[in-house]
Amino acid sequence: MALTGWGRVPSVDAREIRSENLTAITEHVPLTRGLGRAYGDAALPARGDPVVAASPLADRILAFDAATGLLHAEAGFSLNQLYRVFLPRGWFTPVTPGTRFVTLGGMVAADVHGKNHHRDGCIGEHVTQLSLRVADGRIVTCSREQEPDLFRATLGGMGLTGHILEVTLRLARVPSPWIVRESERIPDIDAFIDRLKTAARQWPMTVGWIDGRARGGSLGRGVLLCGRWAEPHEAARTFPALRSTVPVPFDLPAGMLNPTVVRLFNTAYYHRFSAAPRRSLVRPESFLYPLDAIGSWNRGYGRRGFVQYQCVLPEAGVRGSVRAFMEIVAGHGRASFLSVIKDCGEQGAGTLSFPLPGISIAMDIPYDRVTQTLVDQMNRFVIEQGGRIYLAKDALTRADDFRAMEPRLNRFLEVRRAWDADGRIRSAQSVRLFGW
Amino acid sequence: MGCRRTHSQRPVGSVVRMVARRTVVLGGTKGMGRALSRLMASRGDRVCLLGRDAVELAKSADDLTARGASHAGFALCDLDVPRGFAGALAKASQQLSGIDVVVVTAAAFATQAQLESDRDRLQYLLGLNFTNTILFCETAREHLMQAGSVNPTLCVFSSVAGDRGRKPVVFYGATKAGLSRYLEGLDHRFASRGLRVICVKPGFVRTSMTDGLPEPPFAGDPDAVAVRVLTAIDRGTPVVYAPPVWALIMAVIRLLPRAIMRRVDF
Repeated sequence: MALTGWGRVPSVDAREIRSENLTAITEHVPLTRGLGRAYGDAALPARGDPVVAASPLADRILAFDAATGLLHAEAGFSLNQLYRVFLPRGWFTPVTPGTRFVTLGGMVAADVHGKNHHRDGCIGEHVTQLSLRVADGRIVTCSREQEPDLFRATLGGMGLTGHILEVTLRLARVPSPWIVRESERIPDIDAFIDRLKTAARQWPMTVGWIDGRARGGSLGRGVLLCGRWAEPHEAARTFPALRSTVPVPFDLPAGMLNPTVVRLFNTAYYHRFSAAPRRSLVRPESFLYPLDAIGSWNRGYGRRGFVQYQCVLPEAGVRGSVRAFMEIVAGHGRASFLSVIKDCGEQGAGTLSFPLPGISIAMDIPYDRVTQTLVDQMNRFVIEQGGRIYLAKDALTRADDFRAMEPRLNRFLEVRRAWDADGRIRSAQSVRLFGW
Repeated sequence: MGCRRTHSQRPVGSVVRMVARRTVVLGGTKGMGRALSRLMASRGDRVCLLGRDAVELAKSADDLTARGASHAGFALCDLDVPRGFAGALAKASQQLSGIDVVVVTAAAFATQAQLESDRDRLQYLLGLNFTNTILFCETAREHLMQAGSVNPTLCVFSSVAGDRGRKPVVFYGATKAGLSRYLEGLDHRFASRGLRVICVKPGFVRTSMTDGLPEPPFAGDPDAVAVRVLTAIDRGTPVVYAPPVWALIMAVIRLLPRAIMRRVDF
C-alpha cells in the first residue's frame, strides 16, 4: 500500500497500524505517525520498513487542571478535538500551526510555530513533560528537569528520539472564542518586512500572504493579516462551532493549478482586501485554518503531488535576502497558490527547532522534473544567508545541504545516538538527511 | 471542573436534557463505544464504563471526566465471563445510583479466513457475540426494568453483517443475525412495559476493529455514528443503520437473488 505525506510525493510502500493502544503498537515499529500532515517524508518509514504506528486513535485526555491550564493527553489527541473540547471553556492551545488536523505528538515532533511566534515561540515552549517509548523499548518520562537532553532533542526532533506517547501542554486562556482580525494590502516586499515588524509590536498574531507571481515593482506584494482573541464585549454571543469541511473526493487534473489559474487566484485574492487597514470579527477557523475548509486540498495538485518549501532567513540583511529569495522563486515561474511570510522570534529550546529570528517564507511547488533543481538552488541561497529549512515540510533537501545549514545537527545526533545506538527509530527523512 | 460556559457547543441529539442520564457502556474504551461515551460525557451525562482492563478503563474514565461527564467511573467486566455480569452491573448501578441506559459495543471480530482455519477462535467468537452478549443483555434488562429508571434503554451494537448471509462474514454475520432477532423480540415483548430496545447496525466504520481491512465505499467515522446513535437513544428508535446510507445498501442486498449472492464477493 502506498503511504505518502501531505504533499503526496514521495510515496513509500508501507502501511499504518492503528490502535487505541499506542503503547502496544509502538513496540516493534521504526516510527510513529500522526495525522500525516507533514508534507514530505518526515512521517514516512524508510525504504524497506513495511509498517509505521499511527497515533490518531490514541486520543484520550488524561487530565486537565482548570487552575493551571495543564493538559495531559495521549499523543494522538488532535487540535480539531482540542478546539471542540476546550475553546467553549475559554482555553486554547498557546501555539497552533495552520491546520487543526494535527496531533499533539506531531506538533511536538515538528515543534510547530504559528502566527504568534514572535510573541509566544514554538509549541515546545509550552510543553512541560513528555512520555516516550525509546528505542530499547523502555518508556521514559522527560522534561526540562528530567532527562533534559532527550526532552530538548524531542522538541522538533521529528519523532526520531522515541515514539511520543503522551504530552503535557499548558493551554492558554482566551477571553472569547472569536478573533478580531485586521487586514491590509501591502504593495511590495520591503513594505511587507517593515509592516510585519511594526505589526508584531501591536498584535499577538501576524501573518502575510504573498502573491508569488508578482514581479518588478510589485514583487512580494500581498496581504497582511493581524489578529488577536476578541474581548468578551467585542465577541459574538454564539460559539463559532466548526463547520464541516468540503471534501475533494478525487484528484484534480495536475494542470488545473497552472500558472494562469494561480495568477488569477492570486490577483483576485489581493484585490479582495482594501489597501487601508480594515478590522473585522472573524471565526477562529477562518483566521487560523483557512485551508481546512477544503478537506483534501492537497488533491488540487493532482496525482503528481507537490512539495512545500519553507525556510527562515536571519534578521541581519533580511531586506536584501528576502528580496533576492523572492526573485529566485519568481524567476522559476513555478506556480504557488499560497506563499506565506512571517517574522520569527527567538529560537526555542528544541535542539533542531526550526525558527530563528528573521523572516520565514513558505510556498507550495507543484512537483515535476525541475523541482529538485529549484529546491537545490533555494537551499544554496539559504545556506549562504545563514538560514535554515523546516523539516516538517521538506522532501527534497540533500544531506550535504542540510548539514551545511544546521550547525546544531551534531548535537542532535549525539542525543539520538545515546538513546538509539542501533538506529532502530528512523524515517525516510532521517535516512535521506542523516544516513540512518 | 470550574469551567466557564459562556459559549457552549450546540447540544447533540434532538432533546436537550435537564437531567444527566445514567449510562453504562460495555466496550466504551475503544472505537464506536469510545466515541459514544464521549458524546454523552460532553453533555454532562453520568457514565460508567465496563471492560476487562483496569488501566485502560481508568484512563478512559479520566478522558470522559475531562470532557464534561458529571460522573465517570468504571467496573471490571469481561464479556467472556458471564458469571461476572451481575456483579459488574450491580457495581455500576451503585456508582450511578441506578441505570437509565445500557450500551453494548463490545464484541469479537475476525476475518472469515481466520475463523475457518481456527476452530477455537470460531467457538470463542460465536459464544461471545451471541450467547454471552444475550446473557449480558438479560442482566442489564433486569436492572433497567427496576423502578427509578428514566426511559430505560438497552442499546446494543449488532451489525449490517446480520442482515444477509454473505461470503466474507458467514460466522460473524450469523452471530449478529441472531443478536438482531433477539433484540427485535425483546422490543416486542417489553415495549409495553416501557423498555426501549435499540439495535444499532453499523456498516463499515473506520475503527481499530476494521484496521487493515480493505475499505469499501460509504465507510463511516465513529464520531458520526455516535451522533446518530445518541439521537436514537434519546428518541427510542428501535433500529438504526449508521452511517444511514447502509439502510439503503442492505435493502438492496437483501433483495438480491441467491444466484447473485453466490457469485459476488461482498
